[in-house]
Amino acid sequence: MSKKFLSRNGAPGEDSTRPEGGSAVPEQDDAESASRRKFIGTTVLAAGAAMLAGPGSLAIEEFLQRNFHELSKQDLKEIIARLEKQYSTEYGKKVRVGDEPAMPGVLFGYGLDLSRCVGCRRCVYACVAENNQSRDPQIQWIRVLQMDKDKGVDLAHATCYYDPKEVPEEGHFYMPVQCHQCRNPPCVRVCPVKATWQEPDGITVIDYNWCIGCRYCMAACPYGARHFNWGLPHLPSDEMNPETHYLGNRPRPKGVVEKCTFCIQRTRKGRYPACVEICPTGSRKFGNLLDPNSEIRYIMEHKRVFIFKEQLNTQPKFYYFYGV
Amino acid sequence: MEKARSFWRFIQKSVRLVVTGNRYYYAWVVFLLLVMGFGVAAYVRQIKYGLILTHMRDQVSWGFYIGNFTFLVGIAAAAVMLVIPAYIYNWKPIKEITLLGEILALAALVMCLGFVLVDIGRPDRFWHIIPFVGLLNFPSSMLSWDVLVLNGYLFINWAVVTYMLFCAYQGKPYRKGLVYPLVILSIPWAVSIHTITAFLYNALPARPFWNASILAPRFLASAFCSGPAILLILLQVLRKMTRLEITDQAIFKIAELMAYAMGINLFLQGAEIFKEFYSHTEHFVFTQYLYFGFHGHNTLVPYAWASVLCGVAAFLLFLLPRTRRNWVTLNIGCVLIYSSVYIEKGMGLIIPGFTPSTLGEIYEYVPSWTEIKIAMGIFALGFLVFTFMLKVAVPIMLGEFTKAGNQPTGT
Repeated sequence: MSKKFLSRNGAPGEDSTRPEGGSAVPEQDDAESASRRKFIGTTVLAAGAAMLAGPGSLAIEEFLQRNFHELSKQDLKEIIARLEKQYSTEYGKKVRVGDEPAMPGVLFGYGLDLSRCVGCRRCVYACVAENNQSRDPQIQWIRVLQMDKDKGVDLAHATCYYDPKEVPEEGHFYMPVQCHQCRNPPCVRVCPVKATWQEPDGITVIDYNWCIGCRYCMAACPYGARHFNWGLPHLPSDEMNPETHYLGNRPRPKGVVEKCTFCIQRTRKGRYPACVEICPTGSRKFGNLLDPNSEIRYIMEHKRVFIFKEQLNTQPKFYYFYGV
Repeated sequence: MEKARSFWRFIQKSVRLVVTGNRYYYAWVVFLLLVMGFGVAAYVRQIKYGLILTHMRDQVSWGFYIGNFTFLVGIAAAAVMLVIPAYIYNWKPIKEITLLGEILALAALVMCLGFVLVDIGRPDRFWHIIPFVGLLNFPSSMLSWDVLVLNGYLFINWAVVTYMLFCAYQGKPYRKGLVYPLVILSIPWAVSIHTITAFLYNALPARPFWNASILAPRFLASAFCSGPAILLILLQVLRKMTRLEITDQAIFKIAELMAYAMGINLFLQGAEIFKEFYSHTEHFVFTQYLYFGFHGHNTLVPYAWASVLCGVAAFLLFLLPRTRRNWVTLNIGCVLIYSSVYIEKGMGLIIPGFTPSTLGEIYEYVPSWTEIKIAMGIFALGFLVFTFMLKVAVPIMLGEFTKAGNQPTGT
């Protein structure tokens, strides 16, 4: 099933078409101010940390951990080793936490064929199984909206709580919504602590160890794509997917926001997202927008695509289209 | 060195003043501490189990906490904006009214910061938003602006209040060159805290209910109604219970200015309601949910209308000179306008912004007991801070509590 979809080389001159925003590797001129901040921060916080955490040095380390962009390669290595150990013990299996960076020449794009989707919601559950969402309280990154055929795309007449014996239902069509991986993401703009940003391959990610849980990004997102861990996430060991990414599907703590990452742990290794793989009708398409021979570019050329809530100028990389 | 020692004595004596009082004072303080205790117990549970103990969910991701926060920023802003007319009309006693306004602003700010703290999912990571210590997303995030202006405002007001009181305690006149610039700075700063808090919501095109340019002006207008309402009652209480002299003229002038503010507030609200009703776009659903309910969901409807009725009634009471100059109707008007703005700038602002959600889903939010208990705890904290500050400030203003003199007792 897991076909490779990437061609080996990106389009020439792709750099100019790259999205703006943070890069996964800390930049040179940031490093100095980062280390200064780090120094001030560490001095100020060490005392408080000791008070709060008591004797647990692990808790102090976690408490003092800096923003992802301020971490050196060595810091990240140590944090990942710590997390792998912690998760492996907790879930009783070998857990890998990857930190694969964005591939050069890649900008991910998604296509969703509204004429084929039957609303079976297999994508919803494949996503949950792949991305280690909390089962209780239940978190799902994909919402499938059932809409009236005689109303068209109209949120006032949509529901995600349909439950018939069989789908599709007479008179209805289905519109799945998840993170649209905007080129101009309002969530990134509003985050007060730079805990969320757009990666060079266009995926908007969250640093779960830096997010303060203010939920401003949830108010800013027009697609309801962001979800909060209102309680302690519960993830049964036997359902835990041990193949994870630091910025993606590793288990999340309580009190932080999470969202679809185009299955960063898969796609950065050239695999399809879980929702694309599972879809029984082939409604879901995925590929490299910078590669003129990719399937997503084929769709944009030969079908007619539209984006959701275009008036908000979020410029999604998630395209809806009518395949038939 | 001498100054530092004197200041330290001042602090010690102030603390002694705060912990001594008559029976009623103790009863009041113990009552506030009890309410705070309930709040703390609820908050400890919330830390343990998470915000799942609230009724906020992904669809309505902000609720009672942020509603109270928004309302209280208005109180903090308006209390200081009252300094402008105090100087223009040369009210007696200007210094006292300025000080009381700033003390009220301080108490309101303490509550604001409390509400933000209890709302965030990771209070242990609070330091991430402290400038230079954490990593502030400035200037991009409106929340980072809010952090800066609110804390700056807290600092300015704290500095002015402490310095002026300390001078009066020493029996020395305060240095006008030091105080005036700060007081003058605090006025636009007061405007800025409420404007930026309005921009916090205004900045979200995903939420059409908030994404209206009239939002910030409405914030200021409503704050000019609710903030002075508290001060008006406070001034009456103080002149009854202490020897502090506050002229009728000052109180009636404040009431008159409030009448104008209420008129503007109602006009702006009407302008927005007209636009929503008449254009009747798909964005009308939020206003519809607030005033009429939507598909049988109508939790907010009685509150929304109560707010409108209270607002109109208070406006009439304040507009007519006869009712404005009658203590009974004046105080009824104060309570009415306070309630009106509390609903309108609290739940009436936050909840319709989220209902229906961005994907058209309706989740009817009502605060949970945890949220109510924690909110009451924070209000009790605010009242306690306010009480303590007044306990020190009033005797200083009356010249009873000085460096040379004996410690006053009572009240």
